[in-house]
Amino acid sequence: MTVSTTGTAPETMTGATAEAAGAAASQHGIIGRPVARIDGPLKTTGTAEYAGDFHLPWMAFAVPVQATVGKGTIRSLDVTAAEAVPGVLAVLHRGNMERLYRAVPNDPNATVSETRPAFEDDRIYYWGQYVALVVAESLEQATAAAAVVKAEYAAETPEVSRELEPFAGKWNTVSTRGTVDAAFAAAAVKVDQTYGTPAETHNPIELHATVAVWDGDRVTFYESTQGVVNHRNAMAQILGVPRENVTVVTKFLGSGFGGKLFPWPHCALAAVASRKLQRPVKLVVTRTMMFSNVGHRPVTEQRFRIGASADGKLVALRQDALNHTSLVDSFDEGCGEATGYLYSVPNLTVASALVGRNVGSPMAMRGPGAVPGLFAMESAMDELAVALKMDPVELRLKNDATVDESNGRKFSSRHLRECLETGSAKFGWKQRTPQVGSMRRDGKVLGWGMAAASWGAYRFACATTVDLNADGKARVRCATQDVGTGLYTIFAQVLAEKTGLPFERIEVLLGDSSMPEGPLSGGSWSTATVLPAVAEAADGAIASLLSIAASTPGTPLAGADAKTLRMTEGRVHRATESAGLPSAGVPFEAVLQAARLNGVSADGRSGSVFEDPKARDLSMHSFGAQFAEVEWEPEIARLRVSRVVTVIDAGRIINPRAGANQIRGAVVMGVGMALLEETVYDRRNGQPINGNLADYLMATSADAPEIDVTFLDYPDFALNSYGARGIGEIGLAGVAPAIASAVYHATGVRVRKLPIRIEDLMQA
Amino acid sequence: MQSFSFSKAQTVDEATGLGGRYIGGGTTLVDLMKLDVETPKTLVDVTGLPLAAVEKLPDGGLRIGALVRNSDLAFDPTVKAEYAVLSEALLSGASAQLRNMATTGGNLLQRTRCPYFRDTSYTNCNKRNPGSGCAAMDGHNRMMAILGTSEDCIATHPSDMAVAMTALEATVHVQGAKGKREIAIGEFYKLPGTTPNVENALEPGELITHVTLPTPRRGSKQVYLKLRDRASYEFALASAAVVAETSGGHVRYVRVALGGVGTRPWRAHEAEAALVGKPATAEHFRAAAEAALKGAKPQTENGFKVELAKRCMTRALTMATA
Repeated sequence: MTVSTTGTAPETMTGATAEAAGAAASQHGIIGRPVARIDGPLKTTGTAEYAGDFHLPWMAFAVPVQATVGKGTIRSLDVTAAEAVPGVLAVLHRGNMERLYRAVPNDPNATVSETRPAFEDDRIYYWGQYVALVVAESLEQATAAAAVVKAEYAAETPEVSRELEPFAGKWNTVSTRGTVDAAFAAAAVKVDQTYGTPAETHNPIELHATVAVWDGDRVTFYESTQGVVNHRNAMAQILGVPRENVTVVTKFLGSGFGGKLFPWPHCALAAVASRKLQRPVKLVVTRTMMFSNVGHRPVTEQRFRIGASADGKLVALRQDALNHTSLVDSFDEGCGEATGYLYSVPNLTVASALVGRNVGSPMAMRGPGAVPGLFAMESAMDELAVALKMDPVELRLKNDATVDESNGRKFSSRHLRECLETGSAKFGWKQRTPQVGSMRRDGKVLGWGMAAASWGAYRFACATTVDLNADGKARVRCATQDVGTGLYTIFAQVLAEKTGLPFERIEVLLGDSSMPEGPLSGGSWSTATVLPAVAEAADGAIASLLSIAASTPGTPLAGADAKTLRMTEGRVHRATESAGLPSAGVPFEAVLQAARLNGVSADGRSGSVFEDPKARDLSMHSFGAQFAEVEWEPEIARLRVSRVVTVIDAGRIINPRAGANQIRGAVVMGVGMALLEETVYDRRNGQPINGNLADYLMATSADAPEIDVTFLDYPDFALNSYGARGIGEIGLAGVAPAIASAVYHATGVRVRKLPIRIEDLMQA
Repeated sequence: MQSFSFSKAQTVDEATGLGGRYIGGGTTLVDLMKLDVETPKTLVDVTGLPLAAVEKLPDGGLRIGALVRNSDLAFDPTVKAEYAVLSEALLSGASAQLRNMATTGGNLLQRTRCPYFRDTSYTNCNKRNPGSGCAAMDGHNRMMAILGTSEDCIATHPSDMAVAMTALEATVHVQGAKGKREIAIGEFYKLPGTTPNVENALEPGELITHVTLPTPRRGSKQVYLKLRDRASYEFALASAAVVAETSGGHVRYVRVALGGVGTRPWRAHEAEAALVGKPATAEHFRAAAEAALKGAKPQTENGFKVELAKRCMTRALTMATA
């Protein structure tokens, strides 16, 4: 699908966009320029089409029926009343639906979120599990019919406790070096504490949605997915059809935060209903279902033991991390993600284990592993600083690592020290007095806290195609998708840089699995992954164009050596002619027209960093520092986050405007993580009891602090030729522990179990 | 949602004669209809009735039509100047979008946010199914009430507006088949007792037509203070509406109502009695708050509300007497 600024854009562009476009009379320097997202006008005018917006002729609507027990067996399912509701076309369930295949286990190109297909057996593994699907002429009819499906259960008491200890199962060693227990025992100063993070629900504003349309033996999904290619591959396996018969379209996403990386059971259900009825079927997951059926960040419980010498040098670091998982999948949160390399420490062990719960399968949520892991580790580091009577920034600086001690590799580009120092200076950290409750402003107690942050840097395989067309436009295609953060614009920037064309003459087509295969939108790797592929495709198309220009009789450049030709500002000219002059060369489309060509195309590819000999021996991560200020009014137990300074070392920033926007959003999410968010399961039936946006608290605009974002902007050329890493997740890492430390500084209450609630602080 | 018939009334008499559930802004009723908690057979749209005015009364009081929107009422110049506690309470409630829809009469009848009341898969809810039990008591009860609860119900009254009106000693004016009558707001809300399904003094078919507020007390200060987890769009964990008058450093007049902690908007008579004539000091405010919360019965997860309500009330009294 296309996002083009042609047509609607000029009228609806923001001032800043217009300014950027104006400046782009030269597109030189477009990389790194804070341009407005090219899809912005489509979104602000409501014309961007999300999955649920696809309305097709003769479409039917599907509504799942959910189990109302958290554990047990379906004893009986009575659908007669539902079938009698006017407009009902089908009520599918285990007794009458065709069996779905499972996706191939551990196929990295066809991953599913919940491996158990809907209705596979009569067991209930979690509250809200789908037990039937009603399809009707209208959403209202389907909803009404779903409400009268009568299920009887042999109910058992589910296990949904947030407490994961005592745990008697097997631990898995994630990383180890030295002799951690002996070193800890001998350490001069120690911290030994357990930290907990709750189940958090992703809650993107756009609900999960599937529109499935069969045409003979081919099926098209209009889908809200963070991976059109993976989704296609998985659906082919589950539905038992050839991959080439499946097309997945995701033009826009109202974000996913990881919850939409891989298909959930409702996706196949919509397709099965559509195949059965031979009609388009739409299934939009409700907000309440978002809390039970489409993943969450799992509960974690992490014991940290940190030992240090009396002068603050780390000697031992041990993390034992539990996370809950469902009974149908083994989801490892990976809380040790950043533990092994963030600091220099000779003796270290990271171990993890899973604890089964009657909950839906967890799924990666923004910064999986690192975000809850760093909450625990950075909280423990703050406690260590208190125990050492040492400044917490100083403690981090003292233990900064120069190589990745978990594997001995060099860092491709690590500037944690500068993040800490820059953040400290911008925040005014030097004015901090360490005594609890010692700082005040306007009658309120101030608390200042900080934490370090990190997230991995990756690049995966990607293919793109760039066309230069006789209509004067450049077009790039890639089967990846923009989760809403600016990937369309990244593509446009590279193409603008290469061709010199303004955005108005650039079309970016993403979100269709039939295009050249691009990456999943996850792990903050999209930008780093697509950049080299787009650049290569653009270079190839330009080379083809220049060759044609040199060899096409009748053009001003005929007979020239193609090597002496260039494409600048959308024109083909001799290298000796000044670029950008109207007189230099000819418009590129004139070359194509003279050659009687519709256009030229070239493919570009980039490979996985894991297969790159220049990169695979390096440790590649982004780094950051978070500084937080809270205001505390003990008389009324009111705590608010008033200020956050965040400094991010994420390589070269391709679009600082969209980039800073992502970091600011992550900081606000971090405020919610620290103070508000928790999915609460009723212990009697396992229901997420606060499954709506009024009762599940996320930060509102009124909760957003003043946020100061700085990018260090050191290019990391080991990852790609542009030096860009990713920024989707790192902004959330470290925010919660910085706030928790600020809360301690203000109140003297150390909250080790998120979220930090009023009742915790009333102990102050 | 169940099927229902819908008609729009042009006069109060026509509305009360139609024999259905009245719908104003719909912010509570439609929400609960979508959840099948409310299943009215007949809806009577009252938004066309001439009850949307805020008028000064000859005796100096204020008459608020039942259809005055929350946002209009909050920004009404007289309300802002003379009944600030009401304006503040309204603006602390819900979201701007909801306040633009919600009406005065509808807000008085706003129903609890108890999750077990709102989910019909729990058959044990004495409010919905009298005699069926209470799922909240042994459930997630952090947001539940600590004052006015019974063995049968611990649901919190959700309104901010009604708390302010309780401190202002408003009168609710209703009209039904038997004619018009007035109900003091202190008599309007019922404690759950053994009949939590009966929430107020309205007779079947009666329509709230307006609310009157008495003449503002000269020299009094008014404060609404709401405490909650986040800064916006959340029900109160504890709130306090205070109207107070001091002279010579002593409390001469005071009305206190609490929100977020009671099964109804909670008039703190004990606190008022403990304060009148006493010095306006932190010590006396705290003692009054202790008196107000003396009968509190916390559940497993909401014990903190007892202390929070005391702090809230103490701070609101301090602000109103400063």
